[in-house]
Amino acid sequence: MSTITSTATSTPSVDDYERETWLPWLRHALMLAGRSVIKLRRHPEQFFDVTLQPALFLVIFVYVLGGAISGSTHDYLQFVLPGIMVQTVLFSTVSIGVNLHTDIKEGVFDRFRSLPIPRSAPLVGATIAEGLRYTLTIVITLAIGLLMGFRTSTSLLSIVGAALLVLVFSWCMCWISIWLGMIVREAGSVQGIGFLAMFPLTFGSSMFASVDTMPGWLQAWVKVNPVTHLTDAVRAMLTGGPATHDALLALGTSGLVLIVFAPLAVRAYRLKA
Amino acid sequence: MTTSNHAIRAEGLVKHFGDTIALDGVDLEVPTGTVLGVLGPNGAGKTTAVRILATLLQPDAGSAVVAGHDVFGDPEAVRRSIGLTGQYAAVDAMLTGRENLVLVARLLDFTRAAAGQRAAELLEQFGLTEAADRRASTYSGGMRRRLDLAASLVGRPQVIYLDEPTTGLDPSKREDMWNVVRGLVADGTTVLLTTQYLEEADALADAITVIDHGRVIATGTPAELKSIVGGRALQVRPADQADLGDIGTLLTRVTGRSPEEPAKGLLSVSVEDSGALTETVAALAERGIEVTELALKLPDLDEVFFTLTSDKKGTTHHEKESEFAR
Repeated sequence: MSTITSTATSTPSVDDYERETWLPWLRHALMLAGRSVIKLRRHPEQFFDVTLQPALFLVIFVYVLGGAISGSTHDYLQFVLPGIMVQTVLFSTVSIGVNLHTDIKEGVFDRFRSLPIPRSAPLVGATIAEGLRYTLTIVITLAIGLLMGFRTSTSLLSIVGAALLVLVFSWCMCWISIWLGMIVREAGSVQGIGFLAMFPLTFGSSMFASVDTMPGWLQAWVKVNPVTHLTDAVRAMLTGGPATHDALLALGTSGLVLIVFAPLAVRAYRLKA
Repeated sequence: MTTSNHAIRAEGLVKHFGDTIALDGVDLEVPTGTVLGVLGPNGAGKTTAVRILATLLQPDAGSAVVAGHDVFGDPEAVRRSIGLTGQYAAVDAMLTGRENLVLVARLLDFTRAAAGQRAAELLEQFGLTEAADRRASTYSGGMRRRLDLAASLVGRPQVIYLDEPTTGLDPSKREDMWNVVRGLVADGTTVLLTTQYLEEADALADAITVIDHGRVIATGTPAELKSIVGGRALQVRPADQADLGDIGTLLTRVTGRSPEEPAKGLLSVSVEDSGALTETVAALAERGIEVTELALKLPDLDEVFFTLTSDKKGTTHHEKESEFAR
């Protein structure tokens, strides 16, 4: 191809270009987070995960099942919105493992790792982008709910607290997905295992129906399920009621998950990436 | 020779993946400003060696100095001096060509403006300006390779690793890539090139190291290597099998060697130059012998390996092993 001009001697050397120097560790991670955000915008599936999916779930649950479950669709919306918010964000934690697995497999991480940046930067960048994605999901779900008639009855501070709680919990959970992404052979396995685990965690909780309507054996699981505590805390923080106990339990379990899985994930990442 | 004359010097590299030995004591030397071709079949350990020299992988034993920096003692400095182009184009398919290059430039601490400028220069240099703002996923195989190579050149590295840069490219694209590599060398860059093609190593490399089963089995200039293998092979397939005997005699007379029959109905004899081809054609015409195939072939990698390893027969067949296992 004739357009390739092989002599590049006329171009300035690297040292002739202006350089950034501030906080290299954070700067590199933020740039890589920026890359993930661009990809999110372009990946229709992942964008639908955070926009269309909560909308669809809300419509189905509220208008199809709401009347039967709560007697009125509005009452059910008040009950189920916090649950759908938690569910959507938790399901979306699966994709970070898939994405990182793909990046490593396609050799993109080899490029990053052959650059003079901290080895952790791609991983840190990806988790920063995840945080942004979860925040977006939370805001979108809440906005759709408000449009459908959901009303909060607490302070703004409490609403922000609820959003932060979902964000922190999910961010801790995403380390399980990262770990899975590092140890499985195929990206599809992360999806499979992740979704399989998400069903008992989300549906087997107080998200869609109150616990006292369930049979005893199921109540036993639902009551220890950390997602129940998270959902109850978020529900109380949005529509009123005592939240502290459940919020602390949810924070405690997610902290535990982080302590166990973040080191596992980082170790696997160091071996693999 | 002292180390300072060598952009790359590796000694006794050993790497195991579980029970598989990927590298079993490999030494590599690349004088500054030259091209070393590392030749070997799939699973020979080429990629493993490159990954170690690019600081992506820790060896179990051995030492390596790249661009004056210890690969294991100061990997950060090594990373500032190298560019890596893998055998699969390591570009982000969801980003545009420009975004890929800007990201690498930003990660190399270029300011936003400088990164944009450098990306534009490289897009121009690699004929990608028109496709610059399209996603890399829409690029052809050749364009992706060029983008990948451009990405490894953003920081104007002194040393470049090209890991099978033309595997899977069609021959015309291969030629383009070779010209780019020649351009890099003209700029004074040191290149370590791995390849499965003897032809490619012959076209680009100042020196060739042949590795197999994680060991160096030969080193030398392309000419030296070819003299071991015996230059090129003249192959003739008669239209009528009955002529095989006549052609055999004819080839022996022209080349002074007795031909082999590597496949049924095909005679092959090694020759030093293309003169034998002309002579053979004339002799065939004179006798009115019809042929369906007449070719002068460079020895392919199999033949190189067969010759180099013929003292230990049975080892020339290679399982696709864990070169990629990590």
